[in-house]
Amino acid sequence: MVTARHYEERLQEEYLEGKQPAFDISAGPIPGELHLAAGHEASGAGVCQHLRDDDAVTAPHRPHHVAIAKGVDLKRMTAEIFGRETGLGKGKGGHMHLFDPDVNFACSGIIAQGCPPAAGAGLAAKKRNTDSVAVAFLGEGAIDQGGFLESLNFAAVQDIPVVFVIEDNDWAISMPKDRVTDIENGSQRAGGFDMPGVRVDHDDAVAIYEAAGEAIGRARDRNGPTLLEVQVHRRMGHFMGDPETYRPERDQDAAQARDSIERLAADLRAHGVDGDELDDLRADAHERVEEAIEWAKDQPEPDPEAAYEDVFVNPGSGVTDSEPTFDLAGGDD
Amino acid sequence: MSQQTQRVERELTMSRAMVEAIATEMRDDDEVFYMGEDVADYGGIFDSTEGLREEFGYDRVMDVPISETAYIGAAVGAAQLGMRPIAELMFVDFFGVAMDQIYNQLAKNTYMSGGNVSVPMVLTAAVGGTYNDAAQHSQTLYGTFAHVPGMKVVVPSTAYEAKGLMHNAIRDDDPVVYMFHKRLMGIGWLPAPDGPKTPVPETDYTIPFGSADVKREGDDVTVVTLGLHVHRALEAAENLADGGVSAEVVDLRSLVPLDTDTIVESVEKTGNLVVVDEDYRSFGVTGEVVASVADEALGALDSVERVAVPDVPIPYSRPLENEVVPDVDDIEAAVERTQ
Repeated sequence: MVTARHYEERLQEEYLEGKQPAFDISAGPIPGELHLAAGHEASGAGVCQHLRDDDAVTAPHRPHHVAIAKGVDLKRMTAEIFGRETGLGKGKGGHMHLFDPDVNFACSGIIAQGCPPAAGAGLAAKKRNTDSVAVAFLGEGAIDQGGFLESLNFAAVQDIPVVFVIEDNDWAISMPKDRVTDIENGSQRAGGFDMPGVRVDHDDAVAIYEAAGEAIGRARDRNGPTLLEVQVHRRMGHFMGDPETYRPERDQDAAQARDSIERLAADLRAHGVDGDELDDLRADAHERVEEAIEWAKDQPEPDPEAAYEDVFVNPGSGVTDSEPTFDLAGGDD
Repeated sequence: MSQQTQRVERELTMSRAMVEAIATEMRDDDEVFYMGEDVADYGGIFDSTEGLREEFGYDRVMDVPISETAYIGAAVGAAQLGMRPIAELMFVDFFGVAMDQIYNQLAKNTYMSGGNVSVPMVLTAAVGGTYNDAAQHSQTLYGTFAHVPGMKVVVPSTAYEAKGLMHNAIRDDDPVVYMFHKRLMGIGWLPAPDGPKTPVPETDYTIPFGSADVKREGDDVTVVTLGLHVHRALEAAENLADGGVSAEVVDLRSLVPLDTDTIVESVEKTGNLVVVDEDYRSFGVTGEVVASVADEALGALDSVERVAVPDVPIPYSRPLENEVVPDVDDIEAAVERTQ
């Protein structure tokens, strides 16, 4: 969690370099849009603690905390965000499209559209008769999307070992959830699909860990999918440069005050964990983040000619370059 | 290359040839499975999976909810883990309800991952009109699918092609859109013209994508086409021969990649180009083929004609549909205009 938090804070600094005083999205060392997940850490960490490398995860456009928790290579992920040649996608994907097949991590920048591939990853585990599972992360703004609802039904009827995790930060860009749905608790959507639906309030890492453990265990034991909604907070704008003029100050203040990391640290101290140990943990996390950012910034930008590569992994002709000769009787060949 | 050729007598319909390739791949590789609406017990509305459920069972020939986004996307997810799913879009016209999974996931994940991820799946889709199914069930949409990078797009015109292209599609590590024309499948209730039922080798074989096939040689004009219209062009060529016009008919077989070399070679011989397509005229296959030839061999072109669906939705009533879907007369007239 502290790695993810520091990562987002440092990326924010790097991103804004060259983009001030007048915000220019096309300037600075980090290209493009940047959706930072500060305030979402309890979700990524609480869920992914239960996952192995062979379990598949899809994350949405705000993916960094999930990627870090899933064990995605931090240096290559950072290089990708900086658009460098040695990035996970050789600079072709960017921060919303991170793929690390070593830990079965994938993203989609399109709302809710990571849900069907996650269901497919779970389907693959079922077909291969392994005990792997899949997890799809999505925001609360995604629960009105067809891709999400179709996936719930598909996963339920096929008994697919998949967990859908709604990260409820109350805001879909500028849209508060009470203006787009009449249910307060997104996990109620599960009821229509005969699937367990569980909500965890209060942005509580331990409670998320416990609820996720149950849901993932259920999937691993081949008892079907679960819909889990976890309350998180958006400590930054939807994307960097978002002035958040639509957001009441008290809402932002509440998000800042309800810091899952500080609360977890206080809990740990109350349970006798040494403060120095926590400081060391923070220091290690900071070092890891700094190393990744420094490494990424030293990496070369891609050769422009590389834009023409990787559309396909096989040649255009497929697996063959030549056609066998047959004598087709009466045929036109 | 000297090669002992084997005489093939056995004839199959296009649907039987397609199913034979799928069944062979499923026997050879447990990771191949088929998902679609009405593909198990029904065997595919257009016979694309006839008999597969009986051999492979419901786990590998999966009937799915009417949720194209969910199951096409699930195929993407399973493919990214190395399985080889085949997902069927019952009518290509239904692409609209699942286009994100096709255009943004299936087609782009390989590129966005810098080639670290591949999507070895086949998306099959029934295409085409000529049986009065109106604007939402009669399109080919060849150009729509060929337009976005990241998908190979193949269109068999005969049983022989249907089998060889399907073997290549399933074995390919890239996503392949396999567009089969309903009128060519050899379905009892939708009789095929003469032509798509061909001798088909019993052995498995692969036809490379991007290898257009000269279906008929000629000297005066090059007719480039695909799918159903290969057969209409061949009939037109036969009629034109009576009048002394010698037409060469080129079957594209795949749109992505496009075999420009074979087309240009033919045009350099004939000097005249007619492109025939069952997709819409604007921003489609006909324009693309003409532009590709112009890029490479503008000097060789004495004349160009395009025969395609004028830019209207496919109408329902017989005289209306017959008016807009190119027929043999339309092709002959276009060829004559080049002479």
